[in-house]
Amino acid sequence: MKVLDGLYYSKEHEWVKITGNKAYVGITDYAQESLGEIVFVELPEIASQLNVGDVLGVVESVKAASDVYSPIAGTVIEVNEALDDDPALLNEDPYVNWIAVLEFADDSILDELMDASGYEAYCSKEE
Amino acid sequence: MIQKEKALIFEISRPGRFACSLPECDVPQKDLSELIPGELLRDSPPDLPEVSEVDLVRHYTRLSQRNYGVDAGFYPLGSCTMKYNPKVNEDMACLSGFANVHPYQDEKAVQGCLELLWKTDRLLSEITGMERFTFQPAAGAHGEMTGLMIIKAWHESRGDHARTKIIIPDSAHGTNPASAAIAGFNVVEVKSDENGLVNLHELEKAIDGETAGLMLTNPNTLGLFEKHIPEIARMIHEAGGLLYYDGANMNAIMGVSRPGDMGFDVIHLNLHKTFSTPHGGGGPGAGPVGVVKELVPFLPAPTVEYDGQRYYADYTRPLSIGRVRSFHGNFTVVVKAYAYILTMGAKGLRQVSETAVLNANYVLAKLRDLYHLPYDRHCMHEVVFSAENQKKQGVSALDIAKRLLDYGFHPPTIYFPLIVKEALMIEPTETESKETLDSFIKAMEDISGEAKQDPELVKGAPYSTVVSRLDEAMAARKPKVRYMPMSE
Amino acid sequence: MQRYIPNTGEQQEEMLRDIGVSSIEELFADIPESIRLKRDLDLPEALSEMELVRHLKELSGRNASTDEYACFLGAGAYDHYIPSVIQHLVRRQEFYTAYTPYQPEISQGTLQAIFEYQTMICSLTGMDVSNASMYDGATAVAEAAAMACRSTGRAGIIVAKTVHPQSCEVLRTYSRYTGRSITEWDHKDGRLDLAGLERLLSDDTAAVIVQSPNFFGLIEDLGNLSDMVHENGSLLIVSCNPISLAMLKPPGDLGADIAVGEGQPLGNPLSFGGPYLGFMAAKEKFMRKMPGRIVGETRDRQGRRGYVLTIQTREQHIRREKATSNICSNHSLNALAAAMYLSALGKSGLEKVAALCCRKARYTYDELLKTGAFSPAFTGPFFNEFAVRYHGDIDRLNEKLLEHRIIGGYPLERDYPELKGVWLVAVTEKQTRKEIDDFVERAGSL
Repeated sequence: MKVLDGLYYSKEHEWVKITGNKAYVGITDYAQESLGEIVFVELPEIASQLNVGDVLGVVESVKAASDVYSPIAGTVIEVNEALDDDPALLNEDPYVNWIAVLEFADDSILDELMDASGYEAYCSKEE
Repeated sequence: MIQKEKALIFEISRPGRFACSLPECDVPQKDLSELIPGELLRDSPPDLPEVSEVDLVRHYTRLSQRNYGVDAGFYPLGSCTMKYNPKVNEDMACLSGFANVHPYQDEKAVQGCLELLWKTDRLLSEITGMERFTFQPAAGAHGEMTGLMIIKAWHESRGDHARTKIIIPDSAHGTNPASAAIAGFNVVEVKSDENGLVNLHELEKAIDGETAGLMLTNPNTLGLFEKHIPEIARMIHEAGGLLYYDGANMNAIMGVSRPGDMGFDVIHLNLHKTFSTPHGGGGPGAGPVGVVKELVPFLPAPTVEYDGQRYYADYTRPLSIGRVRSFHGNFTVVVKAYAYILTMGAKGLRQVSETAVLNANYVLAKLRDLYHLPYDRHCMHEVVFSAENQKKQGVSALDIAKRLLDYGFHPPTIYFPLIVKEALMIEPTETESKETLDSFIKAMEDISGEAKQDPELVKGAPYSTVVSRLDEAMAARKPKVRYMPMSE
Repeated sequence: MQRYIPNTGEQQEEMLRDIGVSSIEELFADIPESIRLKRDLDLPEALSEMELVRHLKELSGRNASTDEYACFLGAGAYDHYIPSVIQHLVRRQEFYTAYTPYQPEISQGTLQAIFEYQTMICSLTGMDVSNASMYDGATAVAEAAAMACRSTGRAGIIVAKTVHPQSCEVLRTYSRYTGRSITEWDHKDGRLDLAGLERLLSDDTAAVIVQSPNFFGLIEDLGNLSDMVHENGSLLIVSCNPISLAMLKPPGDLGADIAVGEGQPLGNPLSFGGPYLGFMAAKEKFMRKMPGRIVGETRDRQGRRGYVLTIQTREQHIRREKATSNICSNHSLNALAAAMYLSALGKSGLEKVAALCCRKARYTYDELLKTGAFSPAFTGPFFNEFAVRYHGDIDRLNEKLLEHRIIGGYPLERDYPELKGVWLVAVTEKQTRKEIDDFVERAGSL
């Protein structure tokens, strides 16, 4: 299982990368692996306002559908349309292939997310 | 043997062919544009196949040979009760006086149809301990929706608008929560206990003033009888809720115990499971809903009534939830179920359940040493194993299911109920002989051996079918859901 | 022993020994005494096959069958001729004794047939994607409304009063507890009142539902309806008679987003109301919002073409309470019959059937008016069904016709109190000129 340093991780297996006031959000390697072959990604609407824990999108395999929860509050400013054509990108590299970019005002929630080592420990307990 | 692909009917189509013969027009042949303004007519005819009658017969005969039905062999699909579908019942449903009757005909001209519905209502009410049935629901899930709406309407008729929650065990069929959502309920899931039954402590915690009712399958989807049902019924009723019985597993208890006597208030039956009507490759089924006396006013209108002389449809039902389907539902499916009940009689139906339970326990006893049995006790009409042992060799429930195809059997239900990992849910039904069960058991033993010695063999199965494992991810990623000629 | 239960007493004993119990009774030990049935079920004595057949023939003989009666009744279910070949094929045990195709390797017959069915429904309706069937036309309308609400995030449905009354009733029941509001859209001389729609549309309108030919038999001129609906951000749902689509402009060309309808006319007998099938097709962008099963094409490990149930994450067994619908069993065998019917008739045959219906209906209409006992109820073109006003008591008229082995039309007053005396008459390719003339003569002279 791959975990990258420098990202924030949620208990629902999403990652967040912060660049200025933009947050890139995606799902972790653990998440893509437990879902199996990903066949469809439902992306959020541009300009939609999300609170922490709101459903940002849905990632689907043949036999499962998993909601992606927003780990941070903000406005969706960009979505990864490449996933529309090729959802398998999430299997290939879930860290390069983010799902959406949110513009945020308040980053205090980041304190509640895990860092790479914390997330690794969390996943080993989940198994 | 390498099987060839089967051509689509569009690919064997040739311009100018047809497979029908129609009479000449015997009324004035007015030009159609005289009858209907040109702007309402379509520009070109729909692109339908053009085949001769021989082409048609061969095409569908060959397609049918790429299918497997109960008539071909053992079909132990758990929770689906794939029993034999008696032939005479098919003939009865095709009688012209049933098959060629228009639903809007005057009541005088459909007394036989109405009498059959009324009598089947009486028979099912006796079998289940209910007061009245409606035949509008077309399938089990449709029955669930209907029954849950009746529960909602009952609460509301008493001015109780706080009842927003339906309690459903984690072992329930997926249709249960989906139906609850359509009936406007929120779902509260309760966990099963270590014996595979509803956890009474969890249930107690889940019950509150917002509880509208509980949905339960009994025996449950693990094939186990919820023996605390009298206690469960008391708890729900005391809290002001009602009990819904998912009749998917009714085949286990006919003549032994009745949902009405267990404390259930609303029930649906799957005529295409318990009452032997065929499933048609995915339907039509029929999901009649029965209720206790207090809930009769809420049944969908119209109901079929009898005043001692004539049978009639009663539309004046002010408390009814309304219509859930056109006309009287899947009438000719009800004909088949009626014929089945009359053929079996009281003793026959009890024997059905006894034998169904015996057959399931026989499979349990014979396979328990090779396959992990998560809940180790006698089962009712179906037994749930887990492929956990085989998984250690990398062989999953799916692989075992696919390998069974090579042995000539339809596989059990797999990966359900969700609370058992690698679940293999086997429901033999009463219409299978010991000889059939023995050959299935032998196949399961052989596959367990193969899983140890040559797991790759099992993982590559099936080898003998017209196609090998199909790429479901490919189908879902770029859905191709209709034929498009190359040029498009 | 019983003919559907093969185990002998001896085998039963053997099995009990292997299980390790002494009686079947022991296997039921989990069922508490207090809820046991301590008597036999009170059911009639079991019948032999001969007795059963006699009984059911007697019951069925008490119904008027369209084999023996000339049927001029439609109103949503139509008495078409079903070619002999269909019953032979649809009653093949490999089709009708199979379950839902969960194991695609041994269900290619059902799966390919449904894939072909979906293709034919798309051709008929001018749509991109069809599901594998719904229970009937009425539930298809209700499911289409739910689908529109999901797609738009709105909760208002406007339904034309000329949509089949039972479809409207089912739509209302399905919407009862889901927060959807249903608004009726009145007609003008039996057809859509496009000007009247403006007042009803709001920013909460998810969809507008119309039917053509409508319940009065009239073909609707949808004109710029789809533009009006789409400009409002709503969807257009069109319900239609599939046979009429051999001639009439398909919903897809009229700008509909979802097409639905009662599929019974396609090779399914009247059966006192069921089983029928509902068809549902939509534009591609709504594919993932559709209810019910969908079959898709794929490849096996050797690269051979094959078919599977696909985009299953929409469905109840995966998504549970978040599913697009609770539907599980559909009406697969009826859809199979529909596909066989469409294949048997083919491109030219379906057009011929449609033309026969249309010409015979017009002939009947003209002849009825000539008798002087009837007058037009509405104006406007019709397909196989029309409404006329009778200058007498319709119930008595139908009663008299029945005595002459004729099943008369539908009294519209049952659903539209303002249409007292209006009779809805349907004619298909089955009614001969002689039957029509006889019908007209008797109806005109009562």
